Amino acid sequence: MSGELVERVTTNLPALQIALPLLTAAVCMVIRRARAAWALAMVVAWTSFASAGAILAWVWRHGDISYAEGGWQAPFGIELHIDLLNALVLLVVTGICAIVLTASPKSFDQEIWREHHAKVYALYLLCMTGLAGMTVTGDAFNVFVFLEISSLSSYALISQGTTRRALTSSIQYLVMGTLGGTFILLGIGMIYMVTGTLNMADMAVQLGAVGPNRTVLVALACIGIGIAIKLALFPLHIWLPNAYTYAPAIVTAFLAATSTKVAYYLLVRFIFSIFGAPLAFGALRLDAVLMPLAIAAMFAGSFVAIFQDNLKRMLAYSSVAQIGYMVLGLSLVSVSGLTGGLVHLFNHALMKSGLFLVMAAVLLRTGSVRIEAMAGLGRRMPWTMAAFVVAGLSMIGVPLTVGFVSKWYLVMGAIQAGLWPVAVLILLSSLLALIYIWRVIEVAYFREPPEDAPEVTEAPISLLGPIWVLAGATVFFGIFTSLSVGTASAAARMLLGVGQ
Amino acid sequence: MFEGGLYPYWIFIFLMMTGLYVVISRDNLIKKIIGLNIFQVSVIMFYIAMGKVHGGTAPIEAAGITVYSNPLPHVLMLTAIVVGVATSAVALSLVVRINEAYGTIEEDELREIEREEDAE
Repeated sequence: MSGELVERVTTNLPALQIALPLLTAAVCMVIRRARAAWALAMVVAWTSFASAGAILAWVWRHGDISYAEGGWQAPFGIELHIDLLNALVLLVVTGICAIVLTASPKSFDQEIWREHHAKVYALYLLCMTGLAGMTVTGDAFNVFVFLEISSLSSYALISQGTTRRALTSSIQYLVMGTLGGTFILLGIGMIYMVTGTLNMADMAVQLGAVGPNRTVLVALACIGIGIAIKLALFPLHIWLPNAYTYAPAIVTAFLAATSTKVAYYLLVRFIFSIFGAPLAFGALRLDAVLMPLAIAAMFAGSFVAIFQDNLKRMLAYSSVAQIGYMVLGLSLVSVSGLTGGLVHLFNHALMKSGLFLVMAAVLLRTGSVRIEAMAGLGRRMPWTMAAFVVAGLSMIGVPLTVGFVSKWYLVMGAIQAGLWPVAVLILLSSLLALIYIWRVIEVAYFREPPEDAPEVTEAPISLLGPIWVLAGATVFFGIFTSLSVGTASAAARMLLGVGQ
Repeated sequence: MFEGGLYPYWIFIFLMMTGLYVVISRDNLIKKIIGLNIFQVSVIMFYIAMGKVHGGTAPIEAAGITVYSNPLPHVLMLTAIVVGVATSAVALSLVVRINEAYGTIEEDELREIEREEDAE
């Protein structure tokens, strides 16, 4: 009896992932009080995270969840479909949403007027709705709608930055993002033209019957370009450094760890589940495009990061490089390559949100994000900077951290594919990460602060707690990999149609 | 299919490229947003053209009518129109704020101001 109840509740959870934050966003607008809105958003975010955990556990044990919205059955109705791949992405997205939200009040107090907090939390929840919606949906047009929900709210979130540069960065992202979204819409229309369906699973079946004709290939190209813009794949990344640099610190930590990750999930979903690897890598040779771009991203992103004076901008360029690693994993078209890409999605979300939260703490205490201004912080904010070191080591790929795990699978994938030079390039680009992380550590630990430096104390516990949860997670999941690697490799096998 | 073959699709491609060209070539932010709108509308036209069945009527069941146009793409475009309006609204409000903060909405002038800011 109780087992039946659990089943009924769990199979309805996907709908809650969308409905809950969407409705609460409206409530946040009404209540207007900063801390009340925050408390409400916290309840929603942590509930979403818990239910994402329940969904993942259920999918592991019982297989995919399919939820028919409004009782209209697929392929005619809108279906929410959860398999191992999006259950993992959903867990990452909701988890980061919840943790970053926990850290938000003090940092928002510094950067945004109190009267606007409730609205900002409403935007935050809307963005979360869009991201979770893109992840859980099994309907291609729904992807576009949720993409625009998350994009529009993130433009507004970015424009909340303290300097006027936030406005120009936001409109730059808006123009690029809208072009990307429209390209995706166009691609979905072309698939609909060929298959007559919008349900992803049904699309895959119909496309298999149609084979690679011109319309299908153009659809794949349009969707690929659209997602590459949202993903900030080199050279379509130009919106990212400005948007991340001028957005409020919390917004940067949130977007850096979730929005590009969901875009990567969409790329994987469209290529492997809908078009199928034979079409994407046989008929169109997508790997020949994606692999050089991914490698260029790895080097260009890391190289430019080395020369930044602004910590926020440095981490933003580092994100461009890390997106390169994820796309490289995908372009290897093998189980270990794709596992590496998906594990890196999980891992990068942890370490990058951790690093950006450290940046938020430094900004809160020193009022600056210039690397120069961090002199001596190793002694004045020991816990914060220790977390930076842990997450930074993970960024480089030192063993016992998550960064090592994902690079291990990527290098394995490259070697299995017989691409020795690519494996060497992965290791070389990690050395570039060593340089830019070391620059910060050197200033923070080995340089004396100037005489007239203001008094700096340790970050408040409300920021330090989430920072250390993330830093601890980068070590924990670097040692106990069964959740991240286990799920990612099972998802990669499923996507490539290889048995256990 | 129309007698004229694929001409709705030619119009769609022409509009799409016009929109994209305006987005890329114009410095004025308002003109950029108008270009973005043309770009979005072209895709809406693409969907509308796709759903039209030659000789079909509106999809309302009635005696003696057997050929209907496909309503689904048309309905989808209602959502896309809403998205387009929302995008324009956000974009225009950003332009208003940019005009207040910088005193200009010409992108080359904005870039010049920001370059001077960086140099300081």
